Amino acid sequence: MNKFIGATLCLLAGQHQSAAVAQDIGHHAHMDDDPLVWMVLVDELEWQNASPDDALAWDVSAWLGHDTGRALFRSEGEMTRGDAADGRAELLWSKPVAAWWDLVGGLREDFGTGPGQTYGLIGVQGTAPYRFHIEADLFGGERGQVGTRLESKYEILVTNRLIAEPRLELQAFGKDDADLGIGSGLSQLELGLRLRYEIRREFAPYVGVEWQGKFGDTADFAGDAGESARDTRFVAGLRCWF
Amino acid sequence: MTIRNGQDARHSALSIGPTDPGRRRFVLGAAASGLVAGLVGGLSRWQPASAADNSRGLTHLTGTDFALTIGQLPVQITDRERLAVAVNGSLPAPVLHWQEGDTVTVRVTNQLRETTSIHWHGILVPTGMDGVPGLSFPGIAPGETFTYQFPVRQSGTYWYHSHSGFQEQLGLYGALVIHPKEPEPVTADREYVVLLSDWTDESPARVLAKLKKQSDYYNFNQPTLGDLFRDARREGLSAALAERSMWGEMRMNPTDLADVSGYTYTYLMNGQAPAGNWTGLFRPGERVRLRFINAAAMSFFDVRIPGLRMTVVAADGQPIKPVDVEEFRIAVAETFDVLVTPERDEAYTIFAQSMDRTGFARGTLAPREGMTAVVPRLDKPVALTMADMGHDDMSHAGHDMADMPGMDMGEATVPAAVTHAPTETGPGVDMLAMNPTSRLNDPGVGLRDNGRRVLTYADLHSTFPDPDGREPTETIELHLTGHMERYIWSFNGVKASDAEPIRLRYGNRVRFVLVNDSMMTHPIHLHGMWSDLEDEQGNFQVRKHTISVKPGERLTYRVSADALGRWAYHCHLMMHMETGMFREVFVDE
Repeated sequence: MNKFIGATLCLLAGQHQSAAVAQDIGHHAHMDDDPLVWMVLVDELEWQNASPDDALAWDVSAWLGHDTGRALFRSEGEMTRGDAADGRAELLWSKPVAAWWDLVGGLREDFGTGPGQTYGLIGVQGTAPYRFHIEADLFGGERGQVGTRLESKYEILVTNRLIAEPRLELQAFGKDDADLGIGSGLSQLELGLRLRYEIRREFAPYVGVEWQGKFGDTADFAGDAGESARDTRFVAGLRCWF
Repeated sequence: MTIRNGQDARHSALSIGPTDPGRRRFVLGAAASGLVAGLVGGLSRWQPASAADNSRGLTHLTGTDFALTIGQLPVQITDRERLAVAVNGSLPAPVLHWQEGDTVTVRVTNQLRETTSIHWHGILVPTGMDGVPGLSFPGIAPGETFTYQFPVRQSGTYWYHSHSGFQEQLGLYGALVIHPKEPEPVTADREYVVLLSDWTDESPARVLAKLKKQSDYYNFNQPTLGDLFRDARREGLSAALAERSMWGEMRMNPTDLADVSGYTYTYLMNGQAPAGNWTGLFRPGERVRLRFINAAAMSFFDVRIPGLRMTVVAADGQPIKPVDVEEFRIAVAETFDVLVTPERDEAYTIFAQSMDRTGFARGTLAPREGMTAVVPRLDKPVALTMADMGHDDMSHAGHDMADMPGMDMGEATVPAAVTHAPTETGPGVDMLAMNPTSRLNDPGVGLRDNGRRVLTYADLHSTFPDPDGREPTETIELHLTGHMERYIWSFNGVKASDAEPIRLRYGNRVRFVLVNDSMMTHPIHLHGMWSDLEDEQGNFQVRKHTISVKPGERLTYRVSADALGRWAYHCHLMMHMETGMFREVFVDE
């Protein structure tokens, strides 16, 4: 597994542009055409009327770097009263490899049910034709587990400020892990629709609905734990970035 | 010989006797009412009679020796006070009047806390006097004074601006009027500089940071669900969906007409917001020369004066065969000299709407101070078509787009019509024009078939034949490339920091071929040498310093490499230059 992570990082870190190329314009003021840029995007920070208890859920990313590559942090999860947070956090390097696609790789840490899990991750993120935002990851590591995650979002402009965003996310795993409540195959599917109003580009309250389903052994494990395998939730939250 | 100020009726003191060429000093043009000094066309030597308040107008300086001090200036363009970068406490910077044949000396003192510079846009100077930090000189350090000195070898309407950081966006720009040695070919009873610019209360670095994070941040004209329903009613659902699908497939936005819009910009005419209503006075029947300069950082303007025919007599300072138009688009950094003859005793609005139709600069030509005329409404924004994207058949645009293999997304093969450099397939390039076309006679998006006679590049013909006369012996083809969403701009997919200089051999005549592979219109400016635009047959057509290239367009121009040294070559949209659309041109023996 360390090999896997190492290889991923090497792949991402390699191929840096030779610095010597730029020397001809040396100290030229306009040479700095690749400034250090950063962004923190709280894409979802929301209340969900989950059963049995309401939940606070988040989907956050942040990046820092240059046109040639960026450090990327992504995290998604939820908290219910009395329970530990359940979710994942990723620390990645992101490198543009094609016009619309970045290769990402690094570490993924899962927390929540059962012991924390550390995975190596490699994936792509970018914009597919018709402007679907895509994140697709492969990860593997601890306890010999491998998994994949696919997320897609799409923006529908009702007006230039009122924006509907359907979202789909699914995860699948290679094998059963009862400790973690994970079954092999498609384990989890989330379908959401959120309607936000951009008071400013950076500040948009929203409401929406999300359906979550667990499948296969994952659903059974959930049933054993007294959780339902299907849940429809109303959500209300804030999208913001800076 | 007399000189009339803009409001000469009340300032007969401004009519003066024979001028003394040796005693030209300076002029503060506008009087208490804030009007710009009007000059008698054809008058090459002139001097002021009084220095007066110019709170609403432009400051004028004339002579051979100038002292300019660059410093911060509190300004209030909107309802908030901000710090601008100004010259001699003036925004825009003073209008400098030079005389062709003189040697001018300009001492520039930097009172900022950062390095500054002044570049003389379109002026033929030795490379050390060109004012580009890192190429011409190290820049002017805080507290230092740099002395520019060079002979003036040309005449016409030009401008000057900072070439350091974002200072140009912050107000460091001014008009440059060079009076000809020979009598003016064009005579006018009075004249005004009309300098257009854009102002934002945001820090320009923040504007760029926003574009890097969300490139459509400032675009609130994007196609909505409602537009889809409207199009479906008009053209049928399948046609409407087909069009959406075409753009969707390319992952492009047809309303991407300006990266920075009226959402943050206030558009200025001679430093005045629209409500300030900059006014130039005339007497009915007079012929007035307007020296239009686009000193904006990021905004193209479409200019018209309802009720007046405009005769364009010069482009980028150089005389052209007169063309009568009702409207013209002025790219960033271009200048046009226009003659108008208002006959009636009434006011006329000078209306300069931004290309993306999110705002306008406005002023008034009036027989008396305080008059206004109707201000036209902004035109509806027009989306780009497949023709703008490098498809060659404009007549089909908007109809059967779904059938058009108009675009290459870096995946399909490119036909022999155009060859793209291998460097254009990287992550920094979001599209390539499949069939770029020569479209000098196309006024550009938003101006086609608008019912007005609109100037195009095909209308511009120098009054003189090709001053060089030789056929180019070398061709340099450059593609204008970028990635809107990543907000990276480049030539041939290579940003300035990764590029080698373009080398020209001293004395050579070189043909530049530009192909615009992007969705934006790019005003491309070469320092130190002229850019002689060719017609579609490759003949000399018009001498310019800034060549505006529309999306999907291919055009050519000639350059005589007659100036040794290191020169800047770049897109004059500030944020494009800052993010990589820049090259050094090195002229070597």
